[in-house]
Amino acid sequence: MGGRETDMVLLDANGIRCDGRRVDEPRRIMIRAGVLHNANGSAYIEFGDNKIVAGVFGPRDVHPKHQSNAETGILRVRYHMQPYSVTERKRPAPSRREIEISKVIKEALLPAVMLERFPRTAVDVFVEILQADGGSRCAALDAAAVALADAGIPMRDMVSACAAGKVADTIVLDINNEEDQAGQADMPVAIMPNSGQVTLLQLDGVLTRDEYRKCIETGIAGCRLVYDIQKRALAERHFKGAGQ
Amino acid sequence: MGTVSILDGLKRKLVADSVASGRRADGRALDEMRELVVETGVVPKAEGSARVRLGRTEVVTGVKVNPDRPFPDTGDRGTFICTAEIPPLAHPDAEAGPPSEAVIELARVVDRGIRESHMLDMSQLVIKRDVSVVGVFTDNAVMDDGGNLFDACSYASVAAILSCKLPVWEMAEDAPRLVEGQRRDPPITTVPVSVTMGRIGNHIVVDPSLEEWMCLDARLTITTNSEGNICALQKGGREGFTPEQLNSCAETAISVGARVRPKLEAARRAG
Repeated sequence: MGGRETDMVLLDANGIRCDGRRVDEPRRIMIRAGVLHNANGSAYIEFGDNKIVAGVFGPRDVHPKHQSNAETGILRVRYHMQPYSVTERKRPAPSRREIEISKVIKEALLPAVMLERFPRTAVDVFVEILQADGGSRCAALDAAAVALADAGIPMRDMVSACAAGKVADTIVLDINNEEDQAGQADMPVAIMPNSGQVTLLQLDGVLTRDEYRKCIETGIAGCRLVYDIQKRALAERHFKGAGQ
Repeated sequence: MGTVSILDGLKRKLVADSVASGRRADGRALDEMRELVVETGVVPKAEGSARVRLGRTEVVTGVKVNPDRPFPDTGDRGTFICTAEIPPLAHPDAEAGPPSEAVIELARVVDRGIRESHMLDMSQLVIKRDVSVVGVFTDNAVMDDGGNLFDACSYASVAAILSCKLPVWEMAEDAPRLVEGQRRDPPITTVPVSVTMGRIGNHIVVDPSLEEWMCLDARLTITTNSEGNICALQKGGREGFTPEQLNSCAETAISVGARVRPKLEAARRAG
């Protein structure tokens, strides 16, 4: 965690955060399914100031061939930030951070996707971060899960993600960029909302064991809010007149 | 490929059966880690070093300390970089060349545990604010992959840092100059201990062996500090955990961590 000194009031006396939210309030979340023509499934998400597009291809032939598995399909995920997505231009080649995030997103999705139905094939999930704010891995995962469902790939469950964190000694939902820089802990969480399994969990920052429990609970509550928005996005795309 | 996957399936069943019986293939209880041996001072040219054996896993880690340029927005702090490598001698499947995503994750998880615990007080690693700071580079090399490289590399890094003697620099003109004959202890604030647990079916095992590692449904690495607080987490693997499992893993990480910590702290005295 940044833990940087700041003049900003992260949490005022009324329990209001630097961007005007309450402690249990997420940023504005908007998801649209089916935004690309060439991809088999796609989604666009705005999560606070994050702007992210996800596209899914497959099941399709595996190249390079040696990656293919005779028992099951494979899932490949690429999380990539555009150079203009952050204040200081980011070099376009995938960084170690992006490679790690790609891996944890893949592992968060794997339990939900029924890859065993498609041996010797690959399902590719490509995520482009157009603008990054705090919590881009959770937003990317939310969009990726909607894109997989939009592609009609059989899934056991949705995957919904939201971060919780610790700001001014308080556990809060969905920390933004300022809170990430100056806060005390950042815990991205993803769940499969129907099975209740936690499929992504990371933490930067120090928590007592009670704060750890509270932070997981808070993150899971945020995931459930996101789940409703994901379902609505899919309904709007696939059922005429839905979501009104 | 066919024979390999049949063998894998049989092995998986064997491992799962022994875990379900409460006694693991190597005779350990589910919450029992393997024997941990920590030696320090194994590479005298490095400012700090350690060889860690965790069961059959062996890691050699060196700490190099050099003057470094600070990051533009943190001119009042030293720099810390932790890397990990699995050279080809460590495992038949390990290949030379650019690091795989698994190796990148390994290095970043070890780095995060140390960084987020604030083990080193970085504000005490400044030679001249905004101009020159002390850079601490911790490089892990796996010699033998016997499973659970996360904890082995973390223990080796922490022991190497604790055993480290820092050179002293002063500013001369606009460049740092080494003060001959002076060494100081690193500014340690806490001793982070990483504990990796694997889930096989509904059972959680501490410190998975290589055989178990191949059969994990999911894994979780929890790093705790000297106060018994949690300072870093990483979930991995192709499945998930229930919230109840996450809570019991935290308790396990705190209690196992408290048992490991004195073994790492001994590195400080050994120098």
